[in-house]
Amino acid sequence: MFRFVPLVWANLWRRPLRSIFTLLSIIVAFVLFGLLEALRFGLFAGVEAAGDDRLMVTNRMSIVRDLPGSYLGKVQGLAGVKAVAVQVWFGGWYQDEHNQLQVIAVDPEPFFTVYPDVHVPPAERQAWITDRAGVLVGRRIAADFGWHVGDHIPLQQSIPYKGDSNTWDVTVRGIYNQDAADDTGIFIQYKYLDETRQFGRGRIGWMVPRLDNPADAKEISKRIDALFENSGTETKTAPEKAWAGDFSRQIGNVGAILSFIASAVFFTMLLVAANTMAQAVRERTNEIGVLKTLGFTHAAVTRLVLGEALCLTIAGGLIGLGLAKFLALGLKPGLSRIVPLFDLPQRAVLIGLALTVLLGLLAGALPAARAMRLGVAEALRGA
Amino acid sequence: MSSSLSQVGLVTTLNLRMLITRWQSAVVTVVGIAGVMVVITGVFSIYEGFRATLEDSGSDTIALILRGGSSDEMQSGLALADTRIAGDAPGVVRSGGSPLISSELFVNVDVPSRATGAPVFVPMRGVGPQAPLLRGHFRWVAGRMLTPGTKEVVVGRAAANQFSGLDLGKEIKLGPDRWTIVGIFSDAQSIAESELWADITVMQGVFQYGTSVQSIRVRLTSPAAFKEFKDRLSTDPRVNFKIETEKEFLSTLSSGLRGIIRGAGFAIAILMGIGAIFAALNTMYAAVAARTREIATLRALGFGAWPVVVSVLVEALVLGFAGAIVGAMIGYLAFNGVQTSTLNMRSFTQVAFSFRVTGELLLWGCAYALALAFVGGVLPAIRAARLPIAGGLREL
Repeated sequence: MFRFVPLVWANLWRRPLRSIFTLLSIIVAFVLFGLLEALRFGLFAGVEAAGDDRLMVTNRMSIVRDLPGSYLGKVQGLAGVKAVAVQVWFGGWYQDEHNQLQVIAVDPEPFFTVYPDVHVPPAERQAWITDRAGVLVGRRIAADFGWHVGDHIPLQQSIPYKGDSNTWDVTVRGIYNQDAADDTGIFIQYKYLDETRQFGRGRIGWMVPRLDNPADAKEISKRIDALFENSGTETKTAPEKAWAGDFSRQIGNVGAILSFIASAVFFTMLLVAANTMAQAVRERTNEIGVLKTLGFTHAAVTRLVLGEALCLTIAGGLIGLGLAKFLALGLKPGLSRIVPLFDLPQRAVLIGLALTVLLGLLAGALPAARAMRLGVAEALRGA
Repeated sequence: MSSSLSQVGLVTTLNLRMLITRWQSAVVTVVGIAGVMVVITGVFSIYEGFRATLEDSGSDTIALILRGGSSDEMQSGLALADTRIAGDAPGVVRSGGSPLISSELFVNVDVPSRATGAPVFVPMRGVGPQAPLLRGHFRWVAGRMLTPGTKEVVVGRAAANQFSGLDLGKEIKLGPDRWTIVGIFSDAQSIAESELWADITVMQGVFQYGTSVQSIRVRLTSPAAFKEFKDRLSTDPRVNFKIETEKEFLSTLSSGLRGIIRGAGFAIAILMGIGAIFAALNTMYAAVAARTREIATLRALGFGAWPVVVSVLVEALVLGFAGAIVGAMIGYLAFNGVQTSTLNMRSFTQVAFSFRVTGELLLWGCAYALALAFVGGVLPAIRAARLPIAGGLREL
C-alpha cells in the first residue's frame, strides 16, 4: 500500500498552486473550527469545576434574594453534611465600570473545607485568615490587573463602606487557583463585610454544603428544602453540578448557532476540496488509463485518488488545529474576563482529527468512483 | 482609446458567454462566496438584533437613578424618600403638578424557557401606574394594565414568546406566589419586552423588600436638561445617587455580550473570507487555464493584454456577486426575525431579542463578498495577461 506514496506525492505537486490553495482553505476551515470549539468550551465549561459532593442552596423565590444567617447552623446540623460555606455576592468593579469583578464574601474556615480544590500556599492562606480586610484573589484576575500579594486595591461598590464612601480598600493576602476553574474570583471575608455594611446584617446570599458522600446529594437536597418549608424564606437546593449545568444552559442556543456556523464552513470547504479533486482526476484521465494498462487494479486507482484527498485534508487539518491551539493560547489573556476558559479542549481536537479523515473521504469519493469506473480504452482516448 | 475600450467590452462579453461551459468550477466560487455571506449575515444579524434591543432602545430623555456605586438595578437599593427628592429636581417633566417618575423594583424569577424547558432567570419588575409613560414606545398587544394592589402581571411581548406559560389569562407561579397574566405589551423591541411587570407594593411584600426600591426613572424635558438634573442631585447631601441616561445605562449593561458577538463575528468573517479567497483563486486559475487557447488566439489577433485582464476580473466579480446575492437571500430567509434569548451576565437576567438582517448589513456583506472575489481574481488575471502567445496556441 505504501509503495503508492511517491505516486500520490507526485500527483499532489502536479499543480502545486492548486494543491497549496486547497490546503490553505482547509487550514482556514480547521482554524475556524478550533476557535469556535474553544469559544463553545469557554462558554459552557463552568460545569467542569463543580464538585460532585457540593450542593447549592438558594432562596426559592429568586436567586438574588438572601437568606437568614441562622440557616447555616441548621444545615450544618444535618447528618451527612461535612461543612457549609456561606457566600454573599459582593460584586463591584475596579478602576473602570467595565472591569466588573466577581467578588464573593466567604468565611475562610468552612470555605477551605468545602472547596478542597482551591489551592493557596499555606503562608498566604494563613495571612488571609488573619487579616479580616484581606482578599484572596484568583490567579488569572491577579495576572490581568498585575496584582501581587500585599497590594492595596480599591474596589468600587454600591454597599457603602464606613459611612458614605463607595470605595472598599482591601489588601491582597493570597492568590489561589482552583482545579478546572477560571480563577477569576475574588474572596473577601464575610465577617468583615457583615460588620461594615449598614443594611442586611446577619443575612447571607446562598449556602454551599459539602457532603460526606456524593451519593446522598438528592436525599440531602430534599431534607434541606423540607427544613425551611412553609417558613418565611423557603430554599431551593440542587447539586452544584446540576445547578451549574442549568446556569450555562441559560446562554441559550448559542451552542446551536456555533454548530450551524461550523457546519456551513465545512460544507463550503468540502465543496472546494471535492471540486479540486474532481478537477485533478478529470485532467488525469489519460494517465489513469495508462496506469490501468500497466496493470493497476480499479481498487488501486481508487486508493490513489482517495490517498491524495486524504493527504490534503489530514495535512490541512493538523496544521489548522495546531494553529487554532496556538491562537487560542494567544487570545486567552485578552479574553480572560469575557470568556475566561477560552481554550481548545482535547475532545475538540479528536473530533477535528476525525473530521479531517471524513472530509478527505467525502471529497475523494466522487472522483475516486469516476476513476474506478473509467474503462482503459475510454480513458486512453479521452483528453 | 475607444478601440481599446471596445476590445475590453468584446472580450469580457465573450468570456461571460463562455462561462456556461465552465459552470462546474464556477459554481464552486459562487457557493464559496455564498457560504461566507450566509455566515456573515447570521453572525451580524445577532449583533444587530442585540444592539437594537439593548443600545438603540435607550432614550436620552429618560434618566435612570441607582444607588451610588451600583452597576445594575439588582445591586441597587433606594429609600422611599429618594423618589420625592428626585422628582423635585430641575428638568423633570410634570403633568398636572406631579412629576413623571417611576420607582421600580427588579428581581429575577425562574421561568422555563420555551426552547429548552429548563428554568431561566427572567426579569420581574415592580412598577407603578406611571411606568408605561417612562418607556419610549409602550403599546398594549393584548389585555390591559394590572390593577394596583393585586397579584396581576403584564408581560412583554418578547418574554411571552420566549418563556413558557406566559399566555393571557393564565396563572403562573413567580417566586413564592401565583400571579394572573392580564396583559401583553410591546415597546418597539426594547429590553422592556423581556420583562414581567407586577405592582411594586405587592412585590415589595412578596419578595421581602420592605419599602425600598431599586431604581427610579424620570422623564426629562429634553436631553439638554440631563446635565442640570444630574448636577443638582449629585451635590445634594441627602442622597447618594448614580445618575445616567437610560441610553448610557443600557449601553454599559450590554457591553460585555456585545463585545463577544462582535469579536466572534469579525473573526469568523475574516477567516471564512480567507478560505473563500483560496477557493476563488483555484476557480479563477482553472478558468484561465481552460481559456489558454482562446486567450492566445485573441492576443494573436491583436487584442491587448488589458481586455484579457479585465475579462478575468469581471468574471470573478460576476461570480462573487452571484454568490453574494444567493448568500444574502439564504441569510435573510434563515435569520431575519429569528427570536431568541440569552443570559446577560451583567444584569443576571435573560434578554429576549430578534435577529435583524438590516439593509446596511447586506450592503456591507455584498461589498465584502465582491472584495473577496476581486482579490481572488487579481493573480489569475495577471497570469492570463502574461500567457505566452505561441505556447498558448500550441496547447491542447
